[in-house]
Amino acid sequence: MTRKRVRGGGSTGRAVNAGLGAAGLAAFLALGEAVPRLGIVKERYFPPTSRIARALGDQFTEGTFWTDLGDTLTGWALGLAIAVGAGIVVGVVVSVVPYLRETTASTIEFLRPIPSVALIPLAVLLYGTELRSVLLLVVYASFWQVLVQVMYGVRDVDPVAEETARSYGLGTWARVRHVLWPTALPYVMTGVRLAAAVALILTVTAELVIGAPGLGARIAVAQTSQAVPEMYALIVVTGLLGLLINVGARSVERYALAWHQSVRGEVTV
Amino acid sequence: MPPEPPTRPNRWGALPLRVLFVVALPALLFALWWLASDGSTNVYWPPLRTILKTFPDVWTRDRLRADLVPSLLRLLAGYTAAAVVGVGVGTVIGSYRKVRAVCEPVLEFLRAVPPPVLVPVIMLFAGIGDTMKIVVIASGCVWPILLNTIEGVRAVDSVMSETARSYGITGPARIRSVVLPSASPQIFAGLRQALSIGIILMVISEMFAASNGLGFTIVQFQRGFAIPDMWTGILVLGLLGFLLSVVFQLVERRVLGWYHGLRDSSRRSP
Repeated sequence: MTRKRVRGGGSTGRAVNAGLGAAGLAAFLALGEAVPRLGIVKERYFPPTSRIARALGDQFTEGTFWTDLGDTLTGWALGLAIAVGAGIVVGVVVSVVPYLRETTASTIEFLRPIPSVALIPLAVLLYGTELRSVLLLVVYASFWQVLVQVMYGVRDVDPVAEETARSYGLGTWARVRHVLWPTALPYVMTGVRLAAAVALILTVTAELVIGAPGLGARIAVAQTSQAVPEMYALIVVTGLLGLLINVGARSVERYALAWHQSVRGEVTV
Repeated sequence: MPPEPPTRPNRWGALPLRVLFVVALPALLFALWWLASDGSTNVYWPPLRTILKTFPDVWTRDRLRADLVPSLLRLLAGYTAAAVVGVGVGTVIGSYRKVRAVCEPVLEFLRAVPPPVLVPVIMLFAGIGDTMKIVVIASGCVWPILLNTIEGVRAVDSVMSETARSYGITGPARIRSVVLPSASPQIFAGLRQALSIGIILMVISEMFAASNGLGFTIVQFQRGFAIPDMWTGILVLGLLGFLLSVVFQLVERRVLGWYHGLRDSSRRSP
């Protein structure tokens, strides 16, 4: 289905929306300040916004925070890159080679819903708290997002265009490059955007559960040492990270698809 | 939206051939795993033969009742709560443009928080019992449902909603017979995303602090170096994920049958 991104309104409408959004955000933060102060929730469980903000500020001055952030980003970026690369290659090959799609369909449908966290015990045994165990989980989880999108994208290729390219004598590679790839690109981009979010979730999860160095492990440490404001501050950091990744992926998508007329039907899996 | 691939005209018609396509690769992979691991002396990669032999010993009826059932009940409770809250709140937010504008940035942020990091926070509030696990599952599942409902509700065809209004269909009747059906394809997309998040959170919340459940048991096996048992646990989780996704597809096909039919026919006649 088509998503209507920005509906009417023009620049004034957008400004009003932004104003309302800022008001909502301010109200949210104020609520976070008021609820513990009024004693509705114990401060020990839910510190007021200002204390979380101070804890956040303290984090920024600590060197170890930046190393952990770097570790998380490394795991995320490497995992995502591997998953996207593998997803595109496998997706295109499977779709282009005759019979491969039919024979792989059942296997893909079976493997895809397997929850990636099922692999946590295996990752721990094989690689301990190394980066590799994070990568195992991240790649497994995000690979399917990309693969399935690529396969949907390739299926969407206009048969007339395909036949035309064939009758002009374009070889397999040229057809992949000039017919298949442009058609599939919007789907690939959706897949990459979904995979980017999933990769972050799995990176942080792996760090949290396995203890591989990174923001997740830092949250686990803050939790066990009862450093509640720090814990909230770190969670805010992961949220901001997720937000940045979403916004970044959307702008990459818009940039890569600048030539593309419509906003594609969004295929979410 | 999970697009059901339009059923392509079947070029190889014959049923046996289609069956072959479905089972060939899984059978091949299974055989490969069996052969490659058969002589394996690596502790971490026990022979498939051993894993399968351990399976019935580990997953006895008692264990299924003690671990699988609590896990599934918690998943069901959390998922249902998330669906009710997500669709309810999403319908409200989606119906009013102003409310949507106010809530959007906050929702975008909350959605961007990786759900598993909420486990420590919710442990603070709810301890380590079943409540904690249900809340964790619900709090992770609610975002895709909520955001997709908002999208779906705001994209309700304006002609349709004007028509309904001029026929005097308002209030709950309007929501039941115009808004929700029209938003349901999007809502189902959200529900589907939420399902996989729910399974992940079910396992993770049990890995943290629990006395039963699939996640708990598998980690127990791993810590006790009962490697074939751990492998059977992984297989069970895989099967569970697969089965739940099949069930979901069946439900979706029933509920959204009209929609897929509509799409297929509009595809066939451009």
